[in-house]
Amino acid sequence: MGIETSCDETGVALLRWEPAQPGRGLLAHALYSQIRLHAEYGGVVPELASRDHVRKLLPLVRQALAEAGLTPQDLGGVAYTAGPGLVGALLVGAAAGRAMAWALGVPAIGVHHMEGHLLAPLLEEDPPRPPFVALLVSGGHSLLVEVKGIGEYRILGDTLDDAAGEAFDKTAKLMGLPYPGGPELARLAGQGRPGMFRFPRPMTDRPGLDFSFSGLKTQVLLAWQKSDRSEQTRADIARAFEEAIVDTLLIKCRRALQATGAKRLVIAGGVGANRRLRAELAAAGEQDGFRTYFPRPAFCTDNGAMIALAGAIRLAAGQQQGESVDVHPRWDLSGLPPAPQALAGQE
Amino acid sequence: MNLLAIETATEACSVALVHGDDVIARSELAPRRHAELVLPMADALLAEAGISRHALDAIAVGRGPGAFTGVRLGISLAQGMALALDLPVITVSSLAALALEAPWTESDELGQGDEAAVLAVIDARMGEIYAASYRRSGAGELLALDAERVTAAETLQLSAASGWHVVGSGWATYAEPIQARLTGPLRSADGARYPQARHVAVLAAAEFRAGHVLAPELALPVYLRDKVALTLVEQGRA
Ligand SMILES: Nc1ncnc2c1ncn2[C@@H]1O[C@H](COP(=O)(O)OP(=O)(O)OP(=O)(O)O)[C@@H](O)[C@H]1O
Ligand SMILES: [Mg+2]
Repeated sequence: MGIETSCDETGVALLRWEPAQPGRGLLAHALYSQIRLHAEYGGVVPELASRDHVRKLLPLVRQALAEAGLTPQDLGGVAYTAGPGLVGALLVGAAAGRAMAWALGVPAIGVHHMEGHLLAPLLEEDPPRPPFVALLVSGGHSLLVEVKGIGEYRILGDTLDDAAGEAFDKTAKLMGLPYPGGPELARLAGQGRPGMFRFPRPMTDRPGLDFSFSGLKTQVLLAWQKSDRSEQTRADIARAFEEAIVDTLLIKCRRALQATGAKRLVIAGGVGANRRLRAELAAAGEQDGFRTYFPRPAFCTDNGAMIALAGAIRLAAGQQQGESVDVHPRWDLSGLPPAPQALAGQE
Repeated sequence: MNLLAIETATEACSVALVHGDDVIARSELAPRRHAELVLPMADALLAEAGISRHALDAIAVGRGPGAFTGVRLGISLAQGMALALDLPVITVSSLAALALEAPWTESDELGQGDEAAVLAVIDARMGEIYAASYRRSGAGELLALDAERVTAAETLQLSAASGWHVVGSGWATYAEPIQARLTGPLRSADGARYPQARHVAVLAAAEFRAGHVLAPELALPVYLRDKVALTLVEQGRA
């Protein structure tokens, strides 16, 4: 069982461990999004998020078990997100998950949320095998990671300010879209006309793999304030903004592939659901000769399935968590222990 | 009956086991270490009683009020255990458990003429306390005199009583204003008392016998302080 409660989604999934094709072992997954709860406040209120996880987690556990036709006694292990994330929210899933494992006498494992995102593409048919480069673009992170094996992660690039998803959300807010505006901004971009606006591609004019997205929103704000503020203009600006982000990510991915010599690019995290990003990266892959791997859109954003997967891999490698319910609100991805040979067929 | 009780709503972390007529417990004053201590304490108690977790009949938990994170930790642990073992949960007020920490004499019992009451007070931060008052109606039985609430000590409202025992961290912080609100002489006061799992266990055992149990997903915290953020509309007004 995988449990996710690091931020504003409660997720539970059940996975039967099949190392060669992990996605085929996915038996059930259930998700509850708190977006509507937080919308009234204009952003995630940590205390309210924690309170909602407590109400929703067990009903989701029951739902997932019913969907899979299983009882708790069928579980062989319990994985939960142990960090990074909101400490109170993390503690809900960790305590319930650790206690379930204790009661059942099965191993438990605390999963790194970003490792969950990073491994999510393994849930698809024809899963990528390390080594690869991963682009992790979510609400809280923009990372380029060299993945030599499970747990062997080297951060190649990071954001100096806003994460890519955060840039989408904040820019949407500037143009009057309700929280969380990222997906809505992306939808609007689909109706925007090309070439009406153009925004810079930050930090692409110098070497390096770091990102900086906070300046973009200022550019958008200026353009929006000077404009006629019509619906069409909003869509045109959204399109130009999305192009700037996608283009920037693409340039950095190409650099990262070149620097590492990797032939596979894995994209994950909420922004990985973005259509233009998926299309542009796939096209670049055909051109340059690298393969791209995406999770299905539902597994780009937070979910229990990726936590079940990352947990299963680590349990298979013999790692587990003692009886202490540990959470790590801040947790360095590159500090994780390696889990060699956890996946069959790893090169 | 075998019942495991957890109480983590305040600075004290404790676990208790009702095993037949015995109540055994582990307790530690360990702020910020609760998450680490509960399961090992539960193991130690089961080992001491010589029973397995599969012999448990129910899980009990102090459901607050108290520190939000501590309350949720206890509830989430109880929920997870109970779901996995297919057991019911009994939630107990952490203020009621705290009230059982007060020193009781025969004359404090109902019907003895000179009836002292107990005021349980937990420091709620932000200048407030969680408070409730009780009388004892028999061994380990409590009669609530008023509703649990979060309030400034200065505006605490209490019913009439011929004397008061005050327990809990609220006294440590607000002794003077609380004393000014008492409706009778102070019989005893102890600001270094915390809700304990052994009292949660005793109160829960009675509920269990009376059939007052919950499905694990319905075992939920009681925070009392429910306004924790301003909506966009309220922010605009402010
Ligand atoms: N189609 C889309 N286009 C662009 N951004 C999107 C799209 N769909 C979702 N997002 C963005 O993805 C983010 C949510 O992703 P995710 O759930 O992975 O992030 P998170 O869990 O909040 O952050 P983290 O995983 O870093 O802790 C939001 O910022 C949202 O705006
Ligand atoms: Mg996420």
